[in-house]
Amino acid sequence: MTQQTENKLASLVVDGQDESYHSDSLLKLTMRRILRQRSAVIGGSILLFLILVAIFAPAIAPFDPNFVLIGHEDIKRRSDPCIHLLGCDETQPQHILGTDGNVRDVFSRVVFGTRVSLMVGFTTVGFAIVIGTLLGALGGFLGGWVDNAIMRVMDVLLAFPSLLLAIAIVAVLGHGLQNALLAIAIVSIPIYARVVRASVLSVKEQEYVAASLALGGTKMHILFRRILPNAVPPLIVQGTLGIATAILDAAALSFLGLGAQPPTAEWGTMLGTERNQIFTAPHLVFFPGLAIMITVLAFNLLGDGLRDAIDPRLKN
Amino acid sequence: MTQYAIRRILYSIPVIFGILLVTFIMARSIPGDPCTAMLGEKATVEICERFNREQGFDKPIAVQFGIYMEQIFSGDFGSSIRYSRPVTKILLERLPTTIELGLVALFLAVLGGIPAGIISAVRRNSAIDVGVMIAANTGVSMPVYWLGLVLAYVFALLLKDTPFWLPPSGRISAGVSAIPFYEVFQWEVIEGTTKYVIMEFFANMYVLNSIITRDWEVLNDVIKHLILPAVALSTIPLAIIARMTRSSMLEVLRQDYIRTARAKGLFERFVIMKHALRNALLPVITIIGLQVGTLFAGAVLTETIFGFAGVGRMLFEAITARDFPIVQGFTIVIAVGYVAVNLLVDLSYVFIDPRIRLE
Repeated sequence: MTQQTENKLASLVVDGQDESYHSDSLLKLTMRRILRQRSAVIGGSILLFLILVAIFAPAIAPFDPNFVLIGHEDIKRRSDPCIHLLGCDETQPQHILGTDGNVRDVFSRVVFGTRVSLMVGFTTVGFAIVIGTLLGALGGFLGGWVDNAIMRVMDVLLAFPSLLLAIAIVAVLGHGLQNALLAIAIVSIPIYARVVRASVLSVKEQEYVAASLALGGTKMHILFRRILPNAVPPLIVQGTLGIATAILDAAALSFLGLGAQPPTAEWGTMLGTERNQIFTAPHLVFFPGLAIMITVLAFNLLGDGLRDAIDPRLKN
Repeated sequence: MTQYAIRRILYSIPVIFGILLVTFIMARSIPGDPCTAMLGEKATVEICERFNREQGFDKPIAVQFGIYMEQIFSGDFGSSIRYSRPVTKILLERLPTTIELGLVALFLAVLGGIPAGIISAVRRNSAIDVGVMIAANTGVSMPVYWLGLVLAYVFALLLKDTPFWLPPSGRISAGVSAIPFYEVFQWEVIEGTTKYVIMEFFANMYVLNSIITRDWEVLNDVIKHLILPAVALSTIPLAIIARMTRSSMLEVLRQDYIRTARAKGLFERFVIMKHALRNALLPVITIIGLQVGTLFAGAVLTETIFGFAGVGRMLFEAITARDFPIVQGFTIVIAVGYVAVNLLVDLSYVFIDPRIRLE
């Protein structure tokens, strides 16, 4: 070691001021990488906005989503959007997205619909991740016939077009939001099982796992504390993208009348019940669809950004 | 090569078996007894007893599964409750519409997606790239049925009385009829024969039929009706194909052999189209195969909106009417079709990728 290097090291030990020698926590580093992804920032911001809308829905919406305005205001069914600031006649009651076929305020229904859609996304994917992780981890960790059996069942589930299988499951279970959620969760399990299994297989033979075993770690301890944490990053990425699909599929089921039932303020249901009015009252179709698109887009952008930041290998 | 093909075909067998098992389990999970589920309101105690005996529902579950498999392999999916007609017949009548719609949508998706992806990759980070990627991200996030309705509003109402007007529903205008090609050519086909079923199947694809019969007026009308649903249906596959082509091209363009090709002094266009694209196409083709599933599921929504009498709309109507034999039969055929298409895609690698041929 040269004198110069020794001096530099010594000075670092003394004052520790040199920025380049600072080590950030893993979380901080990851956050910085995520913030560098434009799509993650845009998607995350939209999502944050949507979450706030969902939380403060009663404060934002001027009416209860199921409140029928007949007798309270002089307004007709399916009236066009009226915004006073944009020149709508002041004598008319203001409904910025108009009213629907049951004379309810569409804006309030769209705002409250955020709650349903976010709930749908998080619960279905949450359920699918828990079951998928359990199955994938067991398969990957135990191997042999258990793995074979689990993965073949997953292959069969993946052999169906997902929305179609969800439709068939709802046909059996009966219509309704709860059954639709269950159906969508079931069809999304295989993706998570595969992701977790792949992670488990890739780290199972690592030396630190062997070390943990040598130290007397139980199988469960090794699986949950040493192996599974490796599956978390790809699960987060897949889960975010999965929420987008889940919201889209749930809205499609509701649109067909198989998911959420009226009068629930759900975007797919709103679109479905008024779809025949597309030529006479297009706003009733346009705005709920736009809301679905923005929400799905937010999760897709966030998922893409997270993937690029956390695990670029997943790109293909 | 043969070994690869055989292995791939053998691998599909348990999957198809699994599909049949899943649909069997679903059929048996319908609340209430299978007789009421299958026969609907017609089911009285006597009829049910006879039905259960005939269909083997009084036998152990394993035997029932055997009977079910036997029926399906002989092409018998039971009878529709609502129409009192064999499901297979209804399916054969409805499939051509969906296949035609799906193929046109897939054609549009490939035609738009691959060039968009290539341009995006070649002009990486340019305004075009950003634009294509924004469009692709929006495309995958759009509800198909919403886009369909908005398109119908724009092209059928806003553009009314312009040359861009397009019909919002149906497959063909009232008063126009697509005369089957076998009638035009005066071929003698006896109704009910296999030959008739096959001819009818192809004649039901109006675009194909009017090309064969050279009836350009009908072709024009049919295509006009097909544009909106096909565009709506193609959006998600188009966006996915564009994204996949882009990322696959970017991967390939980094390779040494591309640099070598450029160093040899080849034209850039030649390098892109011949050296890069051929290598980048493999994952794109896999994705195209997977889109068939999206198309079938999308057909349920698109056909419902645009009043197309295809498999998708029939499936939707059957679910609403709790016509379970149709739901079951259609689900099996679509799922098996999906597996078959993906099998074909995998087998096509042999022709596209010489490395697999040499394996």
